[in-house]
Amino acid sequence: MTLHLAILPILIPMIGGLLMLLPPFAGPLRYQYRRAGALFLMLTQVAVSVYLMYVVVQNGAIMYAVGDWRPPFGIILYVDQLSAMLVALTGFLGLAITLYSFAGDDREGKYFHPMVQFLLVGICGAFLTNDLFNLFVFFEVLLIASYTLLIHGGGKQKTAANLHYVILNLVGSSLFLFALGTLYGITGTLNIADMAMRVTQLSDGNQLIAQAGGSLMLIVFGLKAAMLPLHFWLPQTYAVASAPVAAMFAIMTKVGVYCIFRVYTVIFGEQAGELADMIQPWIWPLAILSIVAGTIGALASPNLRTLAGNLVVVSVGTLLIAFALRTPEATAAGLLYLIHSTIITGALFLIADMLGQQRGKALDYFVIARKMKQQALLGVMFVVAAMAVAGLPPFAGFLGKLVVLQSATNTDYTAWVWSIILISSLATIVALSRAGTTLFWRNTPSHDAAESPGISKWQLGGTGLLLIASPMLALFGASVIEYTNNAAEQLHDIPYLLEVMNLQGDAQ
Amino acid sequence: METVYVICVGILTFCGVFLCLRGRTFSVVVGLTMLSYAVNLFLFSSGRLSLDGAAILGMADKYADPLPQALTLTAIVIGFAMIAFVVILALRARADLGNDFVDGSEPLDSDKLVKPNRGKA
Repeated sequence: MTLHLAILPILIPMIGGLLMLLPPFAGPLRYQYRRAGALFLMLTQVAVSVYLMYVVVQNGAIMYAVGDWRPPFGIILYVDQLSAMLVALTGFLGLAITLYSFAGDDREGKYFHPMVQFLLVGICGAFLTNDLFNLFVFFEVLLIASYTLLIHGGGKQKTAANLHYVILNLVGSSLFLFALGTLYGITGTLNIADMAMRVTQLSDGNQLIAQAGGSLMLIVFGLKAAMLPLHFWLPQTYAVASAPVAAMFAIMTKVGVYCIFRVYTVIFGEQAGELADMIQPWIWPLAILSIVAGTIGALASPNLRTLAGNLVVVSVGTLLIAFALRTPEATAAGLLYLIHSTIITGALFLIADMLGQQRGKALDYFVIARKMKQQALLGVMFVVAAMAVAGLPPFAGFLGKLVVLQSATNTDYTAWVWSIILISSLATIVALSRAGTTLFWRNTPSHDAAESPGISKWQLGGTGLLLIASPMLALFGASVIEYTNNAAEQLHDIPYLLEVMNLQGDAQ
Repeated sequence: METVYVICVGILTFCGVFLCLRGRTFSVVVGLTMLSYAVNLFLFSSGRLSLDGAAILGMADKYADPLPQALTLTAIVIGFAMIAFVVILALRARADLGNDFVDGSEPLDSDKLVKPNRGKA
């Protein structure tokens, strides 16, 4: 059990998802079985990933050689504190959206729960693998699951948005393979740790090619992460997806961000000789412009979902700033912010959906509409989410932004980082308070709200789970910060990685 | 051999990129197919091109790098599945949106481009 612990977060949803396609669970009338199965799988996944996190903290990073092919030859799964944390976060978000979908969203198509499981396979695999080609494969797994989930429920808008999303990502996959081919041709390895050693030993001409391959890969990760100028697909796509799907997608941009952190810290990090920190000059302006573009988009959004989508872009920009600072402290701050922003943007999508249910045809658009049935309840949830996402105390968003700002002091970029993050926070507050004012206080007087459906206990449970996480993160802030600090140090500690991989032998 | 190979990959990529930028889903799908062919050839060449080399050690004097072959095989399978998916999606979009344009509606001025005013004045 513990021997194969590292691969369990991939195997559980994969086998579970496959089983859910088979007779006891298949068929439109057996949805209760599927719900029970999905809930069981999600709980198992959360339990396993938390245990994995515990084991990694106790015993250090785990190297799992699939099929016992030793590095650098086989496919290696590598679980350090960072990967374990992100797998646990994925499981937690998955649990929340599964609960939310029990309210009825999952019955719009037969394959909702199996597809969410396959999405988990892809996301967890991408977090756990230490092999670039394997990363590509898991990207494709998560993408094909996300294609089908995006179109879940059907409708014109979803088809149109999905077509853009699919084509864009197929082009992205081609670019990924070009980049992989280039890097493999130069370094002769696909193992991230092994490649980190090989790039230091390249000749001048080959370094140039490796740089081209690495930069090409940044485009791919940037597309996944919705980094400017590759973010145009995001607000539209997230706005049309059904609520639980959009909430689950909140972690998918973070997969791109994680890959940027991993690849450009380990392979092209500070120890990479001539190629050290080669993308840092690119990341700076792109990160700042992502925040600017996301903030302007948030101010201009016509409905709450688009607003949440634009806030995802802002959070990606903030994370990239944390990356561009290139210190373990900044990375730790970024990780703290990552956990929090994923959970809260997910919650915002769910809240937007519940608001829309009770406002008739106005949905979550910022127009005058009838009064909501459960105005007070929704209002409280919206205020909590809005304060957390904008970074106001006492929620963890405040903590996350504070730590990012702190890590940027005494660097060359202090003025840039402080002004851009603070101005964008202010603009976010303006956008959210404008949204809240229209949604909750500007009602048509006469309409009877009684006919709109109430919020089901499942919806409340799913959203509540996400919302409670924010004050919890702040409450246990010290231990969370300690954990992310250790995770960041482990990420930056390349000799430790090589030692775990047993690769230091042929370093020289 | 290398020159011919490079030219092939280049032309395929060029056609793929060009077709991907077109406005109708049919050309885009064909473009994506071209791109995936180009990618497969490119990946295959990343182990260096060599003639008469077996992928297994000890079977011949020369041997070829087996890994790119495995990678290409994986990429072909994945690429094929993805193209199949996008074909179905394009058909669905044709049915849902009523036309074959990627953006879901005809660009405003395309009437003139597709149907020039022949015979009038």
